[in-house]
Amino acid sequence: MSSALWYFSRGTGIVSLVFSTAVVVLGLLNSGRFATRRWPRFALADLHRNLALASLVFLAAHIVFAVVDGYVDLSWLAVVVPFVSGYAPIGIGFGAVAVDLLLAIVVTSLLRTRIPPRLWRAVHWLAYLCWPVAFVHSIGLVASDSARPLLIALDIACLLAVLAAASVRFGSTSPDTEARRLSPLRR
Amino acid sequence: MNRLTVDPIACRAHGLCADVLPELITVDEWGYPIIRGGAVPASLLAEARRAAAACPALALRLRKSD
Amino acid sequence: MLPLHRNNLAAHVSVHGGLPALDRDALIHEIDAAGIRGRGGAGFPAAAKLRSVAPGRSIVVANGCESDPFSSKDRALLELAPHLVLDGIQVAARAVGATEAFLCLHEENRSVLAALAERRDAVPVKLVAVPPRYVASEETALVHFLGTGDARPTGKFPRPTERGLRGRPTLVQNVETLARFAMVARIGADRYRSVHTDLVTVTGAVARPGVLEVPADTPVSAILARAGGSVTAQAVLIGGYGGTWMPRSLADPVPLGREPGLSSLHLLPEPNCGLELTRNILLRLAAESARQCGPCMFGLPAVAADFTDLLVGRDATGRLARRLPLLSGRGACAHPDGAVRLAASALRVFASDAQAHLAAGSCRITAGAA
Repeated sequence: MSSALWYFSRGTGIVSLVFSTAVVVLGLLNSGRFATRRWPRFALADLHRNLALASLVFLAAHIVFAVVDGYVDLSWLAVVVPFVSGYAPIGIGFGAVAVDLLLAIVVTSLLRTRIPPRLWRAVHWLAYLCWPVAFVHSIGLVASDSARPLLIALDIACLLAVLAAASVRFGSTSPDTEARRLSPLRR
Repeated sequence: MNRLTVDPIACRAHGLCADVLPELITVDEWGYPIIRGGAVPASLLAEARRAAAACPALALRLRKSD
Repeated sequence: MLPLHRNNLAAHVSVHGGLPALDRDALIHEIDAAGIRGRGGAGFPAAAKLRSVAPGRSIVVANGCESDPFSSKDRALLELAPHLVLDGIQVAARAVGATEAFLCLHEENRSVLAALAERRDAVPVKLVAVPPRYVASEETALVHFLGTGDARPTGKFPRPTERGLRGRPTLVQNVETLARFAMVARIGADRYRSVHTDLVTVTGAVARPGVLEVPADTPVSAILARAGGSVTAQAVLIGGYGGTWMPRSLADPVPLGREPGLSSLHLLPEPNCGLELTRNILLRLAAESARQCGPCMFGLPAVAADFTDLLVGRDATGRLARRLPLLSGRGACAHPDGAVRLAASALRVFASDAQAHLAAGSCRITAGAA
């Protein structure tokens, strides 16, 4: 029984990684002003938001299964406080850091129109930290079994997807950004 | 009365507002929004809220005023 | 208001007398009765502005920047009657309960420095040098600069009178307006109304350019005559770079000093092309945009380019008719609105010149034409 929950936890962990990669890719495309005829800006923005919320379900399952199964020494505290778990404290710790950052991002995004825009933006930028941290958690804890090469390949594919989206985001500017740069009063 | 306003400094011409609420918002030749003046009709209030939430720069605001 | 030679403190006191200590309600009442409006260009009723300053530890900011190249009346005032302005700061401070004051200038002013050294004011006045940019002297830009060193406008809300410098209620007032406060505080509203004058800067095709002090509501034609205006010049730009072109013959009903707009007149020399001057001013205005708002940072250069097209004979009237109405009111400050006012009035006043440019590429009769 316990090893079944352990496998569920690993499974939902992999799904969470794929979901969160998709969310980050969509976020990068959004800020890179990417759109197609069938996927206009607001559609991609909605998809980003909906996938983010859906991914929380899988993330919650991933965490609950891991704590409840008892297969490894993992307390509820270790989910949010980094590096205190008995099992793989570094690897789990990175996960805890990612969870903390994600909580801040999600809460501020749910309250997006009610908090100062600058605060929302500053916290949302923590996503640039959150995803790599989650990625390290993922690749650092890949079990040594027959699935290992596949899982590592999946991790690398996710990394490449994020890097490709990042090149869209940071490889282009808009006329608005360019025009603002020319301000004679900019300090 | 509900009014839609744009913070002109925050606006970065993303244009989502005009896509979500074309009845009240159009964009000029450079992509910046022109909002039809006056109150937001009750039938479009929900869409107006969506448009304000959709703005990536949080420049579009739906305000109550009298 | 303007003496022939600079008044130091002693001369100032002998001319105007000491500054009476009025209480704030009486001060605001007199300023209201005197009908004083802001002299920085917006023409907002001064008493209403004083009343709108929120209670609390407020701040007075005296705006002596005068960024418009066609205006020098504030410079003249600060040069010749600095104590009138400094008195005005104290009056304003009393009227809004301010404990701190700033006097903002684009350049160093020895007259002001000397005047400050002579005084011992209840509310200390700090002299501040502001970057020499056109929009830096806008009300919210000034407050922004004083607080953060960033001289860009911050938008209509919150108003500085509610939340300004360091979050405190801030009264920003042009130095000429403050000088008028000082006059009203001494002589009262009734006497002020019967003796007050207007300060006007006259430039262009005039024999005696400079700052004139004229009786209130003197018509434009009389002011131009006093300055020795060329009789052949036909068009006058009222209100500086963001002002309005008018045919000289129709300019008289415009009451300077009571309507919004700077008190400056630029008489276009007859051989000069008004459209070309307008295009050059538009290029300057475009370059001076703070570049925070799309319609301004894209619209102003586009309108300037349209005028260039007109000058060389390419028909840009359709584009201008489409663009100009869309630029006003869509920025964080009134900078684009002034450019639109200038451009639209130029197209009206110089319509026949525009036709000549479109037909022949120039509005001048070229030498050698048969």
